[in-house]
Amino acid sequence: MMLGISVIIFGIIQAAPGGPETMLLQSGRIVDPEVIEAYRVRLGLDQPVPVQYVRWLGAAATGDLGQSFARNRPVKDVIFEHLPASLELMGAAFVLAAIMALLLGVVSAVRQYSWIDHLGTGFSFAGIAMPVFWFGLILQLVFAVRLGWLPVSGRQTVGMNSFTDHAAHLVLPGIVLSLRYVAGWSRYLRSSMLGALRSDFVRTARAKGLSERRVVWVHALRNAMIPVVSVMALDTAGLFSGAIITETVFSWPGIGRLFVVAMTQRDYPVLMGILLLGSLMVILFNLVADLLYGWLDPRIRYE
Amino acid sequence: MSDPRIWRQLRRHKVAVASMVLFGVAAAVCFLAPWLTPYEFDAIDLSRIRQPPSRDHWLGTDDLGRDLWTRILFGGQISLLIGLISAAVGTGVGTLVGAVAGFFGGRTDALLMRLTDVAYSIPSLPLLIVLASFTQSAFMMIAVIIGLLSWMTTARVVRSEVLSIREMPYVEAARSVGARNRRIIWRHVLPNALGPIVVGGTLAVGNALIVESSLSYLGLGVQPPTPTWGNMLRDAQSTMATEPWLTIFPGLAILLVVLAVNFIGDGLQDALDPRVRSE
Repeated sequence: MMLGISVIIFGIIQAAPGGPETMLLQSGRIVDPEVIEAYRVRLGLDQPVPVQYVRWLGAAATGDLGQSFARNRPVKDVIFEHLPASLELMGAAFVLAAIMALLLGVVSAVRQYSWIDHLGTGFSFAGIAMPVFWFGLILQLVFAVRLGWLPVSGRQTVGMNSFTDHAAHLVLPGIVLSLRYVAGWSRYLRSSMLGALRSDFVRTARAKGLSERRVVWVHALRNAMIPVVSVMALDTAGLFSGAIITETVFSWPGIGRLFVVAMTQRDYPVLMGILLLGSLMVILFNLVADLLYGWLDPRIRYE
Repeated sequence: MSDPRIWRQLRRHKVAVASMVLFGVAAAVCFLAPWLTPYEFDAIDLSRIRQPPSRDHWLGTDDLGRDLWTRILFGGQISLLIGLISAAVGTGVGTLVGAVAGFFGGRTDALLMRLTDVAYSIPSLPLLIVLASFTQSAFMMIAVIIGLLSWMTTARVVRSEVLSIREMPYVEAARSVGARNRRIIWRHVLPNALGPIVVGGTLAVGNALIVESSLSYLGLGVQPPTPTWGNMLRDAQSTMATEPWLTIFPGLAILLVVLAVNFIGDGLQDALDPRVRSE
């Protein structure tokens, strides 16, 4: 699986016009063809493509993703340097989305066709139909520029290192990145809750005289969560794509932003490294989804 | 699709009908733009820069004095075309792969589905960013690339439909009178799988519009001076604090059109799925 992905990623990046040497030429600093040839040899770009692929794959398997062209440092270090910021943002967005979706989904199902249900439906349709970056821009405009409540962008104010400053910077990007997931997950949970609330075991639980709160939040929810959890796990890998946009809007110093910058610098080893990492995440969370499914629903057993 | 009950059902979905009207009007207004606005989309008027919405300039002007309403209409032409073309490409490829895999089964199926899994596992936006950077930003190429990266879901859905359709007695009947595979797929299998294909294709239009705008926002989509809703938003970002209308209106255009497309898809899904059809 990973092998197929690596071939595709490598092939596409190879097909890209203009390597790093073109960037050097354009920068006007180096024009001597001999210097450029030496540079290509040093980076291994003079070798035939399949040789380059095998070398890259062999190194990648041991965790060595090569040298960044633009930064002259190992790709691994560059990526790891940007990873904490992204994980922080994705984590915040995930937690926020999970809580919001849970509340919205359960309440909309329990009070079907109430105003809050309609509001939730409207919200999720709008959330899916809106470009993420535009939502980000509008929030920036309202809360940062007009009201001045929150910082416009960045991860912390220069010279400040307090927790509240850090948290304030995280609020808007976190909300923006979570939007799509709140919209999607709350819908899934709503329909799955509606099914659960009509099922026999809920009637049994009510008949036993359990409190309504316990019936809804424990008995019905536990069963309704099963399909939702696997959707959540699958979507989590997609947070990575959303992070590219969100980090660009808010100048958040994570790997999404790194990807966009590396693209403009034609820094292929960094691009390949991030793409590989992203694909790994997708596969990993697919596995997590399968495992969670089996764990939550004992009727499913993998032989 | 020609079943009159489907249309009757669709008409009962009020929001979907309203959305069709909205989408039709939006498309008509965009493509009739040359007759609906006195301005050119690239006409620079330095005496009228950064004007807020007014009677002369309904949605205001940008920092080169270009009329925003005019630019939204012309930008809409490109954005809508990209949405439609890439949805057609993605749905076409997905249907082909799904139909072939489902119909022939066996090794072909295993190979194609493995390919689908691999394509599905590469995060599509980063890949799109890399691919878009080689296209010199021609809008046709961008549309095709967006389409080529969004066929996987259709392929899976069509395959599972085809798997059940190929066991139907009428496929057996067609085979028994000597019809060739190609004819069976085209005449007997695909028409019966049309429901999910149409629904998926409709939703793909909205998705492609969003993807186009995101690419343009990152500076990798269609390049100015050709306006699209995405690159207008990119241009607007730097002056957002002083000229918010430049940011608000193109985004609203995307939101409305994508909402409309999604509601149409929703209505079609209800109308085409016999399980939820209420007589």
